[in-house]
Amino acid sequence: MKKEYSEYETVIGLEVHAQLLTKSKLFCGDSTAFGLEANTSVGPVTLAHPGTLLKMNRKAVELAIRMGLACHCEIVKENYFVRKNYFYPDLPKGYQVSQHSTPICRGGYIKIKTGPGEKRILLNRIHLEEDAGKSLHDIDSENTCIDYNRAGTPLIEIVTEPGICSSDEAFQFLTELRKLVRYLEVCDGNMEEGSLRCDANISVRKKGETKLGTKVEVKNLNSIRNVKRAIEFEEQRLVNCLENKEIIIQQTRSFDAGTGKTFSIREKEDAEDYRYFPEPDLTPFHLSDEFISRVGSEIPVLQDKRIEKYTTQWQLSGYDAEVLTEERDFADYFEATIKYTSYYKPAANWMLGPVKSWLNENKSEIKSFPLKPDQFASLIELTETGKVSFSIASAKIFPLILKDGSKSPLQVAEENNLLQESDVSSLKPIVDEVLNKFADKVKEYKKGKRGLLALFVGEIMKKTKGKADPAVVNQLILEKLKSE
Amino acid sequence: MLLLEFSSIEHYHAQLQQEDITCELAVQHYLRKIRDRNHLNAFIEIFETEALEKSRELDKKRISGEPLKKLHGVIIAIKDVICYKDHQVSAASGILKNFTSIYSATAVEKLLSEDAIIIGRTNCDEFAMGSTNENSAYGKVLNALDETKVPGGSSGGSAVAVQADLCMLSLGSDTGGSVRQPADFCGITGLKPTYGRISRYGLIAYASSFDQIGIFGKNIPDISKVLEVISGPDEYDSTVSHQHSYSCSVPLNKKEKIRFAYFPEALEHASLDTEIATAIKRFIQELREEGNEVHPISFDLLDYIVPAYYVLTTAEASSNLSRYDGIKYGYRTPRKEVDLEELYKCSRTEGFGKEVKRRIMLGTFVLSSGYYEAYYTRAQKVRKKLVDKTNEIFINFDMIIIPAAPATAFKSGEKTNDPVTMYLADIYTVMANLTGIPAISIPLFRHSNGMPFGLQLMAKRFNESSLLQSAHHLMNRKIVS
Repeated sequence: MKKEYSEYETVIGLEVHAQLLTKSKLFCGDSTAFGLEANTSVGPVTLAHPGTLLKMNRKAVELAIRMGLACHCEIVKENYFVRKNYFYPDLPKGYQVSQHSTPICRGGYIKIKTGPGEKRILLNRIHLEEDAGKSLHDIDSENTCIDYNRAGTPLIEIVTEPGICSSDEAFQFLTELRKLVRYLEVCDGNMEEGSLRCDANISVRKKGETKLGTKVEVKNLNSIRNVKRAIEFEEQRLVNCLENKEIIIQQTRSFDAGTGKTFSIREKEDAEDYRYFPEPDLTPFHLSDEFISRVGSEIPVLQDKRIEKYTTQWQLSGYDAEVLTEERDFADYFEATIKYTSYYKPAANWMLGPVKSWLNENKSEIKSFPLKPDQFASLIELTETGKVSFSIASAKIFPLILKDGSKSPLQVAEENNLLQESDVSSLKPIVDEVLNKFADKVKEYKKGKRGLLALFVGEIMKKTKGKADPAVVNQLILEKLKSE
Repeated sequence: MLLLEFSSIEHYHAQLQQEDITCELAVQHYLRKIRDRNHLNAFIEIFETEALEKSRELDKKRISGEPLKKLHGVIIAIKDVICYKDHQVSAASGILKNFTSIYSATAVEKLLSEDAIIIGRTNCDEFAMGSTNENSAYGKVLNALDETKVPGGSSGGSAVAVQADLCMLSLGSDTGGSVRQPADFCGITGLKPTYGRISRYGLIAYASSFDQIGIFGKNIPDISKVLEVISGPDEYDSTVSHQHSYSCSVPLNKKEKIRFAYFPEALEHASLDTEIATAIKRFIQELREEGNEVHPISFDLLDYIVPAYYVLTTAEASSNLSRYDGIKYGYRTPRKEVDLEELYKCSRTEGFGKEVKRRIMLGTFVLSSGYYEAYYTRAQKVRKKLVDKTNEIFINFDMIIIPAAPATAFKSGEKTNDPVTMYLADIYTVMANLTGIPAISIPLFRHSNGMPFGLQLMAKRFNESSLLQSAHHLMNRKIVS
């Protein structure tokens, strides 16, 4: 960082829109499925046909509360919607139905990891609103086309306080936020498809200043990395402006991921008057304590709580715990598995090793993993009780039971003759044979070259095609050598 | 040619059962009358073929012995603000010319499910904004009693359709008196139910927190039947009450002791025609003499209610009408080479009529920052005060008696250039919409100028039973005396 940059600090506030995972839209029954053919999920209400009215989607309210409770927000009990009036072709009613003075959640925070430790990013609010349609400028050479499928999709807007100090913090915040919405099954968190969208408000000021600098708002940030890049570009641009004694204009800018630069799309000098007023087609709604606590009781155990449990109760390393709990379904699967086995660490190794690789190779998710947790647990048991070696289990049995889950891992091992040989009487002759064959090496061993033990074990493993139990083999060799 | 004298649904059903007439004959009769009186301009469109088809279907059903549904063969006209699937609906506006609805209003669905026959859509003021039915893209409607006079508005076409016997009953909409005032001007009965009684789904919005579908008829039992059919909860309208249901099985002639209240300020108001004032005062006196409890109640909010009403309704209208932007459906300017803003401006300028534009501008103004508090917020406060005052009155009283309009039907064109005078004439009707209470206007008197007038009754929210009982009683009392 150049000297002049270090004299400045950046102040960032984020506005994140998350599409809620409801089956239908916020105010009518049209589907919210992604990827439908354009304008096929557009009933009269979505299209704002004359005479249509709105009906509140209860599930959306639940999801917003779920998110709020997970972010330690205060849940606002008396809620009403307002109309935000403005004209735009992708806004069918000519107004957006949103929450203005009664956001369903106030305050709260999300914890992020920073270099020195942890930081709480304070939230200002989370409110419910409906999404607009999509303007498509590149389909027709003369006209802008509009796809109204998205119009009316429920959104929550998560607004932070201007308490984010760097692009790294913003990156961390969004990473945590995305993890959280996925954990809660509030939103699928897919930024590329636009189900999670972020606008960044950025300003810079000289260190020690208490007044906020003039802010710019950057839109069209379709990945967490691009949020970081846009902030980095903007903070440099703004500092350069100040260094060159230029006046910073409050404006809305867009980010071009190709060039890594932002450019102005409109100036905010004459801010639009949205003429908010209470939405008369929806009655104000009251949230009872029972309702809120019922929603709260459905919140799954979140990552930090799980990490705590994994490291204390199950004695896993911090690293293992962290990776296992990255995604809720993955952690759930792990937890389901260890209901059937108490080999926690081996289970973790299996999850982070063979299971993860298989998922990656098959571009699959744990939800569609073909093994049931009890089956998986018995595979782990098979190796841990010495019936099969880990390498044979992972290289041979694992792929077989993934293909055909109708047989137990033990059956598969038996049928394919993969069970580890730990029967002393059948192993003893092989030990004798190998030690006789390497009589000179035995002499060397006895003179003190203890490293040769591995050679003997290796030879026996070769002869048994890897099926011999190494522990038993070791034991037999040592006994034999001692007795001679 | 069969001469059908419609008096009530009950009588009509008896005639059908006795095979004196058929639904088909009834439809033919009304189609002929509509054609004969086409110049009244009450209808924008007649659904001739399908009305005839439906009537034949019903005749078959009835003859095969199926029990009659509640509105079997009842011939009903609907105001051109009520959507009917695969039929045009325009709100009498150029901006929706040739627009076909892709769904039916809940009220229409309910009418059809009880075997009513919808004979056509009636003319009205554009987007239900007006008191004379002169603001229609389809031209003015004439009062059948005196064709030089207005029928009232905004549901003028629906009122005249019943007045001139062009249908048995009709639906209108009432945002500030649009059913009760034309009923009064035409000498028929018009009910505005409680806000939340009938689903508004499929009713083209003027002012959402005021709008309510209303019913025109010639007698109370018929109105009561239609109300029972079209009211009730609806999954598409969250403002409809789930707690109160209306049933027409409560006998209308049940004699309950009714405590009447009236506002001396309303009867002494400068705008009120003296003959109307005298008639109502005499009527009140008669009620007293007959042993009824009738009390004057001081009401000091009268002069605030019309301004509050216009601030709030235009605010909501300015937003409700934003969807008519020329993008998705409806009228779009034929001009080429216009940018987006020009497209909006031209489409809306060319599509909307003058009064609608005036109200959109008024509404946009009262919601604008800098004026919001002075207009919108204050009007909301008036509304709140009015609701409180009304609730207070209904603690001690069952019914409020008030004129329906300050004057009888006036000449067409007489007030066209004086919108404020026109707005102020809503003084007696807007209270029921501001407070959400049910109200009905009943024809009782004839003015020396030859035109009919009556009075308005208002009851507590969801107390249509009492309202209709009283109305029935007062209307029949007139005949007796």
